Amino acid sequence: MRSRPTTKRALLVPLVLLAVSSVLAACSSTGGSSSSGGSSSAGSLKTGLKVFVIPKNLGNPYFTLADSVKTSGALAALKKLGETGSETSGTAATPASQIPAIQAAITKGANALIVSATDASALCPTLKAAMQKGITVVTYDSDAPACRDLFINQASTPAIGTSEVDLLAKQLHDAGDIGIVSAAASATNQNAWIKYMKQELTKFPKMHLVSTVYGNDDPTTATQVTQGLLQQHPTIKGIISPTTVGVLAAAQVLDTPKYRGKVALTGLGTPGSLKKYVEDGTIKSFELWNPANLGYLAAYAAVNVASKKITNAQGQSFSAGKLGKYTVGAGHSVLLGPPLVFTKSNINNFNWGF
Amino acid sequence: MAPDVTARRWLSAAARWETGLAVLLLLIVVLGAAASPQFLTTSNLFNLLVTSGEVAIMALPMTLIIISGEIDLSVASILGMSSALLGYLWSIHWPMLAIFAVLVLLGAVAGLVNGLLVTRLGLPSLAVTIGTLALYRGIALMILGPKTISNFPAPYNTIGVIAVPHTDIPWSMAIFVVLAVISGVVLHATATGRSLYAMGASPEAALFSGIRVKRIKTILFVVSGVVCSLAGVLWTFRLATAVQNNGLGLELNVVAVVLLAGVSIFGGKGSIGGVVLAVLAFAGLANALLLTNFNQEATGIVFGAVLLISVFAPNAGALWARLGRLRKHQRPVRPARQ
Repeated sequence: MRSRPTTKRALLVPLVLLAVSSVLAACSSTGGSSSSGGSSSAGSLKTGLKVFVIPKNLGNPYFTLADSVKTSGALAALKKLGETGSETSGTAATPASQIPAIQAAITKGANALIVSATDASALCPTLKAAMQKGITVVTYDSDAPACRDLFINQASTPAIGTSEVDLLAKQLHDAGDIGIVSAAASATNQNAWIKYMKQELTKFPKMHLVSTVYGNDDPTTATQVTQGLLQQHPTIKGIISPTTVGVLAAAQVLDTPKYRGKVALTGLGTPGSLKKYVEDGTIKSFELWNPANLGYLAAYAAVNVASKKITNAQGQSFSAGKLGKYTVGAGHSVLLGPPLVFTKSNINNFNWGF
Repeated sequence: MAPDVTARRWLSAAARWETGLAVLLLLIVVLGAAASPQFLTTSNLFNLLVTSGEVAIMALPMTLIIISGEIDLSVASILGMSSALLGYLWSIHWPMLAIFAVLVLLGAVAGLVNGLLVTRLGLPSLAVTIGTLALYRGIALMILGPKTISNFPAPYNTIGVIAVPHTDIPWSMAIFVVLAVISGVVLHATATGRSLYAMGASPEAALFSGIRVKRIKTILFVVSGVVCSLAGVLWTFRLATAVQNNGLGLELNVVAVVLLAGVSIFGGKGSIGGVVLAVLAFAGLANALLLTNFNQEATGIVFGAVLLISVFAPNAGALWARLGRLRKHQRPVRPARQ
């Protein structure tokens, strides 16, 4: 090899490493099984269906809880119903990363897809192609309204948006500047919640939303934008982060003598990851639905539709195993129930493992 | 032709980087087909190709730039900026043809800024394009903010699922083929192409032999800008979504493809044939791992290993020789620099 100035080489080494790591981050995969499916059983729900659970991305603790067998999530419900369930997605929570996984699931002969949409419109051409092939498409957690049979709604959008503002208002005694740490700028659910937060804030004239920042559900980015938010707006007294990755990153940033007890934090978080911060006083209260129940319900709904036991019309009802009976509501959606609020007094009751 | 010359030619062809890549690609195809009956189906090959279209297209000008001894890390940000402007102009009801004209101009200006900073001010392209990587992404955010534009008309936003009429080839891949042929002819069959190798291998010699280094490099950056702007259009329509963070981080995938293609990061070496093979190898590997029930954690290891082996393999002989010298406690005649 020709010799060159070492400074250039020194710059290039990290570059090559970055290039390698980008390839690592860009690839994605699946774990699944290849039994052929679709036989009827006595209970009129088909068994042996190939059902693919496709979260926004892999390695996201929220979706691990929603999907896995160990937590009684979607895959546990599918196993109980005798279906062939598998989880697949990309490693980044973007349509560009998720779409190849959906396409692969279709190629592998899926009977039903359970999808958390990284983008309401980007997934549509792919999901519509699936529906045209007779594949049942159920969205959960994040909707793609124009291109699915059913949406399993974790909590009503207004309830999440307004209750988080209310939780923060209680801690701030109804006054002070606040900021929002969201996920991706294009995330459907985030933007809908933020819309209702803004609406609810009009009830608190002394509370002002000064900035909304986007952490892209990436711990590093979320930490950086939270730090940026606090530096840019030193008057901030409270932060709402309606994403589990964002609220944990914000809690880590706020868990210093400089901010603890001075900047309040609430949002959507998992009890395991935030327990430490609730106990040391960084967070007083936060909320979440039970993600495992959401996945479990989505699995039952998908199998019911794929078995043609119900249609997606309003008023159709079905049994969701241990969760009881559910009815399809307006907009072809099924509502899981009201969110749970976690505080110091109840956090130890939820042993979700993270 | 004397027989020993023919034999030597065959040997050197076998030892060429592209031959190794072709073997790798063949291996991926054979293993992929063996592992999944769906791997070689038309619809799967369509998905496989459409997913890699934009990276493939952006890898072509990147190849020429790296061969000439420079680099352009702003490619994905130009893609994002183009996507954001496309969405914004469509949302204020511009006609599509006018938008396309503006986007070509946008790409050309973005590339020209890179080119002038590198050639006229003599700044290192690595630093300049890291700067414009942040700058252009920032402009994309300014243009569109947190908004998502997705109401593009059907002939456009089905580009990700509809093939070129009468074929099974995605539009982006058809464009890649056309651009690859043009790049291949320019690089391997023109004086300008040969001058790119000269610039990369020995900048001073290239300058003193009368090659218009600054002008050619500026043109390369402009071409890269226009091509990346085009990639932004394809990306936007494939995902039916214009959003400011489209293609975030994609520049590293582009660089990774070019490195796997055997293009020397120090300039002066590489071929378009290698890039075509590397694009197909990456796309095939990613797709095969998705179709088979491959452990999700291990896919990253496979990609990393392939790339590292590709960096290591051509230097294996030299490394082995050096190891041998170390074992014999003999100092090399000249201490190695690296």
